[in-house]
Amino acid sequence: MESLEKKSIEYRKRILKYIYKAKAGHTGGSLSCVDILNVLYNRVMHVGPSNFDSPDRDRYVQSKGHCVEALFVVLADQGFFPEAELENLCQGGSHFIGHPTRKVPGVEQNTGALGHGLSLSVGMAIAGKLDAKDYKVFTLMGDGELAEGSNWEAALTAAHYKLDNLCAIIDYNQLQISAPTREVCNTDPVADKFKSFGWEVIEVDGHDVDVLEETFRSLPLTAGKPSLVIAHTIKGKGISYMENVLKWHHGVPSEQEYEQAQKELDDALLAL
Amino acid sequence: MNKEIKMGKANLEVFSETLQQIAETNKELLVVTSDSRGSGKLVPFAQRFPRQLVEVGIAEQNLVGISAGLASTGKQVFAVSPACFLTARSLEQIKNDVAYSDNPVTLVGISAGVSYGALGSTHHSLHDYAALRAIHNMVVCAPADNVETREAVQQAAASDHPVYIRFGKRPMPILREDVPFTFGKGRVLREGKDMAILATGETVHPAMDAAAMLQESEGLEAMVVSMHTVKPLDTTLLTELGKKGMPILTVEEHSVNGGLGEACAAFLLQGRHHNAFHIMGIPDEYTVTGSQQYIFDHYGIHGAGIATAALELLNAAEKA
Ligand SMILES: Cc1ncc(C[n+]2csc(CCOP(=O)(O)OP(=O)(O)O)c2C)c(N)n1
Ligand SMILES: [Mg+2]
Repeated sequence: MESLEKKSIEYRKRILKYIYKAKAGHTGGSLSCVDILNVLYNRVMHVGPSNFDSPDRDRYVQSKGHCVEALFVVLADQGFFPEAELENLCQGGSHFIGHPTRKVPGVEQNTGALGHGLSLSVGMAIAGKLDAKDYKVFTLMGDGELAEGSNWEAALTAAHYKLDNLCAIIDYNQLQISAPTREVCNTDPVADKFKSFGWEVIEVDGHDVDVLEETFRSLPLTAGKPSLVIAHTIKGKGISYMENVLKWHHGVPSEQEYEQAQKELDDALLAL
Repeated sequence: MNKEIKMGKANLEVFSETLQQIAETNKELLVVTSDSRGSGKLVPFAQRFPRQLVEVGIAEQNLVGISAGLASTGKQVFAVSPACFLTARSLEQIKNDVAYSDNPVTLVGISAGVSYGALGSTHHSLHDYAALRAIHNMVVCAPADNVETREAVQQAAASDHPVYIRFGKRPMPILREDVPFTFGKGRVLREGKDMAILATGETVHPAMDAAAMLQESEGLEAMVVSMHTVKPLDTTLLTELGKKGMPILTVEEHSVNGGLGEACAAFLLQGRHHNAFHIMGIPDEYTVTGSQQYIFDHYGIHGAGIATAALELLNAAEKA
């Protein structure tokens, strides 16, 4: 089997390829979350093209929908649709638009307005409990996204219903659009807030695929509680000049920048 | 087409410049943002007037509630966020805290309509006229060009009541500088006796194109009105058109449900005017995605498309 590390680098290459082609996309946040998606889809979740219509499938809701490029690349790799479809990303009439939509095979829910994924996931998790099903529900949120009040309403409900079939992941890259999260509207200390709401919380390196795999495989972190994984990540991870640089939130590389980025990733592949 | 029309800036740009001009003398002016200062072109404002910008984070309900609270103390408040989130997520705050409590907040919906194009329906606002029209005590305005934007922002800043202004982010042509602007009063940009095209926001420009085409190819004289204020409607103008029995085509970057067209139609019918009438807008279906222009083209919201709809309307009117 191809190593997860190698896959992550290849995913990054494709994310950049399609953003560059479309001249649009959320570059930084896609690069910060792609290792999480890699581990979920390749090692943890029981979901794929063959069981996507099964009521027993695991569910993934991408609450930070703007980072759709990471999701599309991973879904293509899972065989939900031919990767060539991504050549049409954001082109007129294409279903491959700038946010997840169920017109694209493998997408669980339409997202893009922040602060919806957790409530949707709580609904799915409550249904799982009602129907005594074994599926798990995962949702990925941004750290800036946590300012939306709906998240905290959902956090209350998740603990109230003891949803240990629910795992929320925060892509804790500490940047949003206009500034670092700490300066825009500080959401720290995130762990303490969720703990006080009745969640079990773990903080991990969001780029360490082994740690991520081990964490997700050990779910629930505590029986009877929803799990929160705070994934410490770097926005723009993998491309030297994008890492931790605000403008790459939705920056699109120039030709020269694009070539340098691909070269850095090729070098990383060689170094494996 | 319309070669005499000169290109201006994005209305968004003019909005930001106008706010800075106001802030130079009015220290009670506050701009409230929800991680939206970049999208609102407000970075220069934030740098020049750091004490006059309140950032609340990605929290639009909070944005509107806080703005209402600030306005209640006598501040002149502009709450700025993408129109899609501002008018959907924060609708209850708009209804109760702004409109019902009559706090003079100006709600600014940026990248409105389908300006966000390929970002998809989460980012489109095709419901905002309908939702806000149904809320008492709210001016609903979509300026067509830079002139209307500047005036709308200045008049909203001087208003003691809630106002909603929405616009897109593409550069817009300057349509007319010599016709005055007041909320609630349509601006006749082109006179005409054969029919009237009532358009709002960024569809006024293609409506002007259509009128020029109709003149050139058919010798028809279509009046074009910028109905920048969807509420309160310019009922004086509508009554005149009603009395003349002029065929009316409305054009808007909004769902055909509940927007400018339906507002005009309801007013006319209830005044016993039975003008030939057609509403152009975004139909009630899963909206195609692509750039704003792609979406406009798809639904015929361009000079030729509007001209075709106008001819169909005139033909139908003749047969009737
Ligand atoms: C309700 C809502 N408000 C605003 C936006 C616009 N927006 C898109 S991404 C973003 C910043 C997100 O920051 P964060 O949650 O930290 O995500 P990441 O850093 O992972 O990209 C904002 C404000 C949105 N998509 N939805
Ligand atoms: Mg972030």
